[in-house]
Amino acid sequence: MNIIVKNFTRKYGTQRAVDNISFDVKPGEILGLLGPNGAGKTTTMRALVSYLAPSGGSVKVGGVSVLDFPEDVKKHIGYLPENNPLYEDMGVLDYLYFVARLQAIPSSQIKSRILEMVDTCGLEGEKHKKISELSKGYRQRVGLAQALIHDPKVLILDEPTTGLDPNQIVEIRTLIRKIGKEKTVILSSHILAEVEATCDRIIIINKGRIVADGTPKQLRKQATGREVLRLTIEDGDRDDIYQALKNLPQVEDVDLKHQHSFELHCLPGTSVRRQVFELCCNNGWTLTELTPVETKLEDIFRELTLN
Amino acid sequence: MMKIWIIANRELNAFFDSLIAYIMLVAFLGLTGFFTWLFGSDVFLANEASLQSFFSIAYWTLFFLIPALTMRLISEEKKTGTIELLLTRPVTDWQVILGKFGSVLLLVAVALALTLPYYITLLFLGPVDHGAVWSGYLGLILVSATYISLGIFTSSLTNNQIVSFLLTIFIGIFFHWIFNVLAGNFTGLTGQILSYLSVSTHYDSISRGVIDSKDLIYFCSFVFLALIGTKMVLSKRNMVD
Repeated sequence: MNIIVKNFTRKYGTQRAVDNISFDVKPGEILGLLGPNGAGKTTTMRALVSYLAPSGGSVKVGGVSVLDFPEDVKKHIGYLPENNPLYEDMGVLDYLYFVARLQAIPSSQIKSRILEMVDTCGLEGEKHKKISELSKGYRQRVGLAQALIHDPKVLILDEPTTGLDPNQIVEIRTLIRKIGKEKTVILSSHILAEVEATCDRIIIINKGRIVADGTPKQLRKQATGREVLRLTIEDGDRDDIYQALKNLPQVEDVDLKHQHSFELHCLPGTSVRRQVFELCCNNGWTLTELTPVETKLEDIFRELTLN
Repeated sequence: MMKIWIIANRELNAFFDSLIAYIMLVAFLGLTGFFTWLFGSDVFLANEASLQSFFSIAYWTLFFLIPALTMRLISEEKKTGTIELLLTRPVTDWQVILGKFGSVLLLVAVALALTLPYYITLLFLGPVDHGAVWSGYLGLILVSATYISLGIFTSSLTNNQIVSFLLTIFIGIFFHWIFNVLAGNFTGLTGQILSYLSVSTHYDSISRGVIDSKDLIYFCSFVFLALIGTKMVLSKRNMVD
C-alpha cells in the first residue's frame, strides 16, 4: 500500500504545525522523517493514522482517504505512538491478546500471532510480567509487537528506538529493515545516524515544511556541492606549504590541523586534487595523505534547520 | 458489537485487577446492608416487607460510588497517552465510549445482583410487592446509567481523575438533590421544569412501581446527551478549525 500526502496542513489555533507538506511512499520503501523537536513529525504521523484530521490537503493510504474512511485505513496500519504509551496494569500477553482482538485477527490465529510476536521482538523471558514491571527497552519491544501483531501493510513508527541500548537499537533496526522489504514504513527520529542506517529515503522537516527530500546520498550531494580534502604534506616548511595552498585559485580556505595536516575547502564546483599534486611535485614535498572528506548528514541537518 | 465487548472486557479486568471493583462491591453491599437491615429507617422499623429503605439508601450510595468508578475511564488514558493507541485501532469513538459505559454498567449490575439475597430474605418476612421490587431495581439501573454517562463525560474533559470525580459530584448533585429541593420552593412552570429535571422525581416514581414512558425518556435522553457530549469532546482532536 502506498501513502500519498498532498498539501497536508494542520493548524493549532493560528499556528501552523505542518504547512503544506506533500510526499508519497511506495511499498518496500522505508521513509525517515527527520527534524528538530517541534518540527511537525508527530503531527504528520498522527494524520496518517487518522488521529488528527488535516486542516487542509489530503492524506491517502492505499488510495483511500484517511479522513473519509478511517476504519478501512486503520485496519492496515501498525502504529507506534510517540513515547510508546501502554496499559501499565496489563500483562504482556494479555495486552497483546487485547490488541489482537481489537485488530480483528481471527481467533484461531491469535495465539500463533502472539507467539510469533513474542519471538520476533525478543519478549520470551518477559512475557508473563506486567507491563509496569518492564524496563524501557522491553516496553519499547511490546510497543513494536502491538504495532506488528496484525501483520500490517503500513507501519508508522514515531521514534521507535528511544530508550534502547546500542545492542537493542541495532536489533530493532535490523527488524525494521527486514519488515520494510515488503511493507511501507515511515519512521521519525531526530537521531541522524538512525535514519541514515535504516531508511531508503529521508525527508527533513523544519517548522512544518519540507526542507529536503531524497536518499542519504542525494542529500549529501545536494547540500554540499563543494569539495573538502584532508591533506598531509611532509618534507617542507609548514608555513610555506600553508601559503602555497592558500594561493591556489580554487581554494577558499585552509585549516591547519596538526603538524603537517591541512584541511582544504574548495570553492563550489571546483576540484583541486591535481593542483595539489603538481604543487607538491614542483616543490619537492611529499604528499602522504589526500582524503576527500564526506560531509556528514549532521552538517546538512544543521545547515537546513538552523535558520 | 464485538469491539464494544472487547473494550468493556478490558475495563472490567482493570477494575478487578486493581481492587477497585472489590472495594466498590464491599462498600456498596456494606452500606446498603447496614441501612436496610440494621440501622435508621430499616425494614424492621418500617415493619413492612418492602425494599423501600434499600432503594433510598442505594440511590445515595451509587451517587458517590459511580464517579469513583468512571473518573479514570478516559482521563487516565489521556494522561498516559493510551487513548492515542486505542483510537488508532480499527474502532470508532462510539465503540470506545460504549465499551467503557457498558463496563461500569455491568459492574453496577453485578453489585445490584448481589443484593438479591435481600429480596429473598424479604420473601420469608411477609407478603412482598414483587412489581415494586423489580421496578425499583430497574430504577437503580437507570439512575446508574445516568451517572455513568455523566461520569464518562467529565472524565473526557480532563486528564486529572480527581477533577473528573469532583465535577461529576458537582454536576450530579443538582440533578440528584438540589433541583428537587428547589422545585418545592417554586410554583408554576419553574417548579415543574425543576421537578422534571430532577433525577429523584423520576426515580421515586419508578421505585414505587410506576413505570412511565415519561421517566424512561428522561433517563434515556440524559444518557444519550452525556454520551454525545463525550463523543464531541473526543472528536475535538479531529476538528478542523
